[in-house]
Amino acid sequence: MSKSFVMVGLILLMALSGCGTPATTYFISSTKGPDITPAVTQQVSETSVFPHTLTVYAAASLTGAFQEIGNDFEAANPGVNVIFSFAGSQILQTQLEQGAIADVFASADHKNMDMLVTDNLVAPNTYQDFTTNKLIVILPAGNPGDVQTLSDIAKPDLKLVLADASVPAGNYARQTLTKMSTDPIYGSDFSTKILANVVSNETDVKQVVAKVELGEADAGIVYISDAVAAPDLLTISIPDEYNVIAEYPIATLTKAPDRDLADAFVSYILSPIGQSVLHKWGFKGVTR
Amino acid sequence: MEPLEKKIFRRRKGDTLGWEFILPSVVLIGLIGIPIIALVWRSINSNIFSFALSENALNALKLSLFTSVITVVISLVTGAPLAYLQTHTNFHGKAAVDLLVDLPVVLPPAVAGIALLLAFGRQGLIGSYLDKFGISLPFTTAAVVMAQVFVSAPFLVRSARVGFSSIDPQLEEAAKVEGASNWHVFQHIMLPMAGRAILTGVILCWTRALGEFGATLLFAGNLEGVTQTMPLAIYVGFEQSLGIALVLSLVLVTVSLVLLAMLRRLELQSQP
Repeated sequence: MSKSFVMVGLILLMALSGCGTPATTYFISSTKGPDITPAVTQQVSETSVFPHTLTVYAAASLTGAFQEIGNDFEAANPGVNVIFSFAGSQILQTQLEQGAIADVFASADHKNMDMLVTDNLVAPNTYQDFTTNKLIVILPAGNPGDVQTLSDIAKPDLKLVLADASVPAGNYARQTLTKMSTDPIYGSDFSTKILANVVSNETDVKQVVAKVELGEADAGIVYISDAVAAPDLLTISIPDEYNVIAEYPIATLTKAPDRDLADAFVSYILSPIGQSVLHKWGFKGVTR
Repeated sequence: MEPLEKKIFRRRKGDTLGWEFILPSVVLIGLIGIPIIALVWRSINSNIFSFALSENALNALKLSLFTSVITVVISLVTGAPLAYLQTHTNFHGKAAVDLLVDLPVVLPPAVAGIALLLAFGRQGLIGSYLDKFGISLPFTTAAVVMAQVFVSAPFLVRSARVGFSSIDPQLEEAAKVEGASNWHVFQHIMLPMAGRAILTGVILCWTRALGEFGATLLFAGNLEGVTQTMPLAIYVGFEQSLGIALVLSLVLVTVSLVLLAMLRRLELQSQP
């Protein structure tokens, strides 16, 4: 009950910020925390005389993890405000291409980061992968579609919600379905049958979670990190042989108003502290 | 048309409106006009006609036309009688009904979308009962129409209300003395006399329905050919292929301009 109220509140918040506008901006206020400052950020806090604002454009799937990391970063660097804009990576990429000013961009795929590199919007030598994610099937509490196994998603008349093919999560989900179709266990028409069940192609992965959480859809395919952020949902894991490892790149942007602070934030994300927060939210490390 | 234009021209000549009026006006005209010009300019310069006949664009166009026409019919059939009730009877809670019907005009469409989900969604107030009969509204074309009616019917009702209330009540009484039933009065006297106002309402309702985005995205989702109307295709296309977004934007601007021009004509005709 309380969960559904939280959901409604969340959606209302999204609504008030204007559904048409693609990005939701969260303002995270400074909080005092334990002084666990790594060397890189120490440097920044010493030189910061005036309050600094860091603008981070990040994939919607990073919402929970980055908000927490942002809070920690602010606590470690007094006088620093971190402002996030979370949306589908493809929306953020378009906005940056059209002249939006930000310090850091974290994408859920290489494609959108590569497009910014082509436009010379990524600062040289800052582009690197910082975390990985995998896909999982989510079901609403109560499992109205009676989905027990992965093959049940292909049942006729099941309501499945995916992210749009232009959204990284939607692209990865389609790749996974294609991989499963090559396995005789599922059959070559598996992907076709599943795509016929799609009732909506949402514009970011969090919208998929919302539709499943409200019980409007019987199933959805999202990142493991999304399922961690929504513990009320039931999940069916996708075996590694079919799963896609989503590599998340991060970079400082050429037009970053505060280049040093941006680099410090990226270092913080890559530090053991940042990585442990990401791990907590269901992300995995990068194998180098 | 002719004499009216002359009248405006004369008035302009008589008054001398200075820069303190012209400058702010130019700022606003620029803000509205330049983006529209940019849209048209960019469309002409890119090869939009290859996208115009793309399946995606055509599907969105067809769906938008289909749903918005149904929306207008539903709004007319339900909205005109409601407007008549609002202007001709005094019932308990009338003030509340008036407010309720006007609410969607000022409500952000996204709020409408959530409200519709909470009412007609599978776990919604009404939707959970419908679900028992195997009826599920979200993600269907019906949901698109419901979202459109929710946000655009009030424009028709408001307009029709103005039309009905401007009719001389003595006319109605005279007809009733002659033995006409309520329905006859509505059908043969009130409807024709308020016709122009209702037509204005129809146009407003139609343009609003064509442009509906927020409520549709939340309540009906986004699926090509089923729930992806033009505004949704523009939003998704904007990230994927600007061509589709451009060509559909151009269609919407053109249709809106034509409808507005019709509206303007109606307004001019109804002036004494």
